[in-house]
Amino acid sequence: MKPYNNKAWWLVLPVFVLVAFSAIIPMMTVVNYSVQDIFDPSTRYFVGTEWYREILADPRLHDSLLRQFIYSFCVLAIEVPLGIVVALSMPRRGLGVPFSLILLSLPLLVPWNVVGTIWQIIGREDIGLYGWILNSLGLDYNYASNPRDAWITVLVMDVWHWTSLVALLCYSGLRSIPDVYYQAARIDRASHWAVFRFIQLPKLKNVLLIAVMLRFMDSFMIYTEPFVLTGGGPGTATTFLSQTLTQMALGQFDLGRAAAFSLIYFLIILLVTWVFYTAMTHNDNKE
Amino acid sequence: MAEIRLEQLAHSYHRAPSQPGDYALRRMDHVWEQGGAYALLGPSGCGKSTLLNIISGLLAPSEGRVLYDGKSVNDLTPQDRNIAQVFQFPVVYDTMTVHENLAFPLRNQGQSRERIDDRVREVAEALEIESLLARKARNLTADEKQKVSMGRGLVRDDVAAILFDEPLTVIDPQLKWRLRRKLKEIHQRFNVTMVYVTHDQLEASTFADKIAVMYEGQIVQFGTPRELFENPQHTFVGYFIGSPGMNLLDIALGETGLEFDGRTLAVADSIVARLRDREGGRLQLGIRPEFVQLVAPESAVLQGYVDLVQDQGTFKIVDVRLDTPSAPVVKARLGEEVIVPEGRTGVHFPETWQRFYVDDRLVEITHETL
Repeated sequence: MKPYNNKAWWLVLPVFVLVAFSAIIPMMTVVNYSVQDIFDPSTRYFVGTEWYREILADPRLHDSLLRQFIYSFCVLAIEVPLGIVVALSMPRRGLGVPFSLILLSLPLLVPWNVVGTIWQIIGREDIGLYGWILNSLGLDYNYASNPRDAWITVLVMDVWHWTSLVALLCYSGLRSIPDVYYQAARIDRASHWAVFRFIQLPKLKNVLLIAVMLRFMDSFMIYTEPFVLTGGGPGTATTFLSQTLTQMALGQFDLGRAAAFSLIYFLIILLVTWVFYTAMTHNDNKE
Repeated sequence: MAEIRLEQLAHSYHRAPSQPGDYALRRMDHVWEQGGAYALLGPSGCGKSTLLNIISGLLAPSEGRVLYDGKSVNDLTPQDRNIAQVFQFPVVYDTMTVHENLAFPLRNQGQSRERIDDRVREVAEALEIESLLARKARNLTADEKQKVSMGRGLVRDDVAAILFDEPLTVIDPQLKWRLRRKLKEIHQRFNVTMVYVTHDQLEASTFADKIAVMYEGQIVQFGTPRELFENPQHTFVGYFIGSPGMNLLDIALGETGLEFDGRTLAVADSIVARLRDREGGRLQLGIRPEFVQLVAPESAVLQGYVDLVQDQGTFKIVDVRLDTPSAPVVKARLGEEVIVPEGRTGVHFPETWQRFYVDDRLVEITHETL
């Protein structure tokens, strides 16, 4: 038998410590909170799954969860196709390349709260370009009082902020397709649509997977931008999950309930991401 | 099906070409006749692929015209030229099955389902990929993919021509030979013009009836494999075709005749006279190693030492270092049964097989005396 020792564990230790402090310990703290009712540091009761049952039955959660899904769905439905179209229409060589790359990167460099502030101003009907144009066209637009307008503004803001990311990812995917594929398609008399459908889209699949997951996770956790722009209003029209959670945890200091909420929130994101991933890589394993 | 004619064709990748070196293709006129099997042979970077892409329309020539059956196709896209091209590396549509891949060019033409099915089966059978038809193209091996690529080129039977750009690069040697035979069969069956680009002379001569040898952007000779072997029109053809290539010796016209490294070579007066007519710089004598004879030292004008003998199994290659001042090496290819002299030997070049080149171009000489 080979001599055997456990020294290699020391090499794993740094990673283990890092992951423990960055993920495991905070999460276990949350788990700990979620099963207790805490009045003050010396007074606490174990309540089991009571918080979970209460949260799952809470209409506030139902409402913002539904809102959140609709929002993320809209974000993906707009940003992914739009990003692909932008990437397809970007120049492939020449001076236009660096120019368009810089232009597309700009929104990504703006901090979230600044994006919220920018759109708060742009959306105003008196001094904001966007609000003023809509009102001049005869549309009665006011994001502060009309829930529909608030929704549209939050969506447009997200599209403005994040479509670039999808476009840049797709552009890098398109650039990696060798010219010979396009040449073969011309020889085979493929239409533009067929080139997209059978050459570009299959080659984009991997970057699209990343784009969809990133955009889903980010939009599902969106907080700062709508918070700055609408503060969740009018009413609760644009109050998404993260804001509901923050109100519960910090506004009402309802730690147990908020902890149970965040764990459920986390599991939903994990589950949906897993479903996306499995669905999109499913075909790879087939003959 | 068409005859392809190149008229005053030239191409440069430079925006403002000024010197010959700027041209990837130097001005040329050439005809590929309808139904022929042709090879375009040359070293890497000689312009073969450029020429092929110009014929298919993927590249627009900077000068001259491409004509199909006498009609200029310069302004037509590859789609409208109705031409098939197979590339060096396999190009398959990953998400489609092999059947769908093969059917793709026909579907784009809007052919009927039955007709597509028939053609796909026929081509799949010819390429021995029937068993793969239902599989996704993504999961195939490199040579299976390349067969599918070739199949897409062969599946349309109304094409003007099929162009192959070194299609067997990724295929292993055993299969290479079989696929070449297959292509030849397909050529005979469908009677379609085929142009096959390669840098391998064996590949060229087994596939093609006539070979165009390209060198530095020019077609330096167009002929049957035998013509290329016996009568290289250019020193490059002599050197590139044959294994080993032609021996080329620098010679000069002296007072009394042809001089090589201070020795006077015995050649007919008519040849010397013919060479004197030709103005020009570099004069070379070429002789194929197959025709070099090793004889007794006293009976030859040139002598040397056997430097190296390589036994290739069915023949031997003998390097003889001549004992003239510049000590060049002459290669001789001898049959297995020939006994190679050891040490000093005489070297004889039979007059029938001597070729003379002025500035790399062959000087035509009829050997009526022999």
